[in-house]
Amino acid sequence: MTPAVRYVLRLADTNLVLAQRLGEWVGHAPALEEDLGIANLALDLLGQARLLLAHAGRLEGAGRGEDELAYLREESEYFNLTLVEQPNGDFGGTIVRQFLFDAWQLGLYEALAESRDAALAAIAAKGLKEAAYHLRYSGGWLVRLGDGTPESHARVERALGVLWPFTNELFVDDETDRAVAEAGIGVLPSSLQAAWSARVDETLARAMLARPAAAHYVWYGKQGRHSEHLGYLLAEMQSLHRAHPGAAW
Amino acid sequence: MGERALDASTPSPALLARLQGILAQVPDPEIPVLSVLDLGVIRHLRVQPGGRLEVGIAPTYSGCPASAVIKADVLRALAGAGFDAVAVDVLAPPWSSDWLSAEGRRKLAAFGIAPPAGRGPAACPRCGSTRTSRVSEFGSTPCKALYRCEACLEPFDYFKCI
Repeated sequence: MTPAVRYVLRLADTNLVLAQRLGEWVGHAPALEEDLGIANLALDLLGQARLLLAHAGRLEGAGRGEDELAYLREESEYFNLTLVEQPNGDFGGTIVRQFLFDAWQLGLYEALAESRDAALAAIAAKGLKEAAYHLRYSGGWLVRLGDGTPESHARVERALGVLWPFTNELFVDDETDRAVAEAGIGVLPSSLQAAWSARVDETLARAMLARPAAAHYVWYGKQGRHSEHLGYLLAEMQSLHRAHPGAAW
Repeated sequence: MGERALDASTPSPALLARLQGILAQVPDPEIPVLSVLDLGVIRHLRVQPGGRLEVGIAPTYSGCPASAVIKADVLRALAGAGFDAVAVDVLAPPWSSDWLSAEGRRKLAAFGIAPPAGRGPAACPRCGSTRTSRVSEFGSTPCKALYRCEACLEPFDYFKCI
């Protein structure tokens, strides 16, 4: 697998897995408006994931389309960031995960819109508008919950502590990242950290939340080494396609 | 519309007018008061070598479920008028609410959906009051948010500005 294919799959899988997680809220969110909101976030991310998967399939040139890539790869062949496969937790936990992710994706898409890969640049430029809207939603909720009641504050604070260690992976460069960055196709993850930190710190301050201490362990979901949660998510997401190969409706 | 027009990459003015007339009758599946032309998703109309018509369609939101329906409706309308057409996706430049036509904005307001304007609706589409508040950043479709008028107290849809 070339670095370009692997890199695009990382982006695609990260969106797809998060969309699947967010989809678990449909019908269960604390209010109808948030049910709609979370479903709409998921829909945007899923749409971007489909474009990215189709692009990865074209780059690979082995005849795999978006469905084969989404439904017929095993856990170790998924290259999503470990953060997005973490369980939803309560509504506050989902908001914290979403906020940390949105702040990262906004910077990523800003940079990726300049990619030498025209298709990737177009997907990023399109996603950029959506990511900005998502960040407004998740950031707005984080401030409301963090600066809300003692209960809501305690819950998002706890979630922030649990999820923070997973953000290390967002900014670690590996061989694949360096190869695509050198080719002008991809973005070096470490180059996104400063802007992300500034964005996150500004919102955390408004949400009356302290930035957790840096954790030293780094997850490597993007290399196919996942936490214990991804397998269950994929099992559910892929079961129908595996039971009825090629099913369409 | 002669034979030659079908061999050129750009449709003749007469053919273009006819195609636009057809597309003006194709409604957006989620906001039927708008045509696909009003929505600003038709990016190009080209005649491919061999005579096949190519329609470039931009998705509104990456994951909008209406995209596939729009594509099918456009091809069906063109086929009904005797055109052998194919649709291609156009991602760049990305669609934004700026692509909405002036006519589309008027139709939205008349239909009761506040047209996109900066960071929120300019006025309640029912009573015209500028005292509005946001109920939800997301509404019944990816392109809309939900607002409420503080004067007439009615909730209303707002076409998101992105």
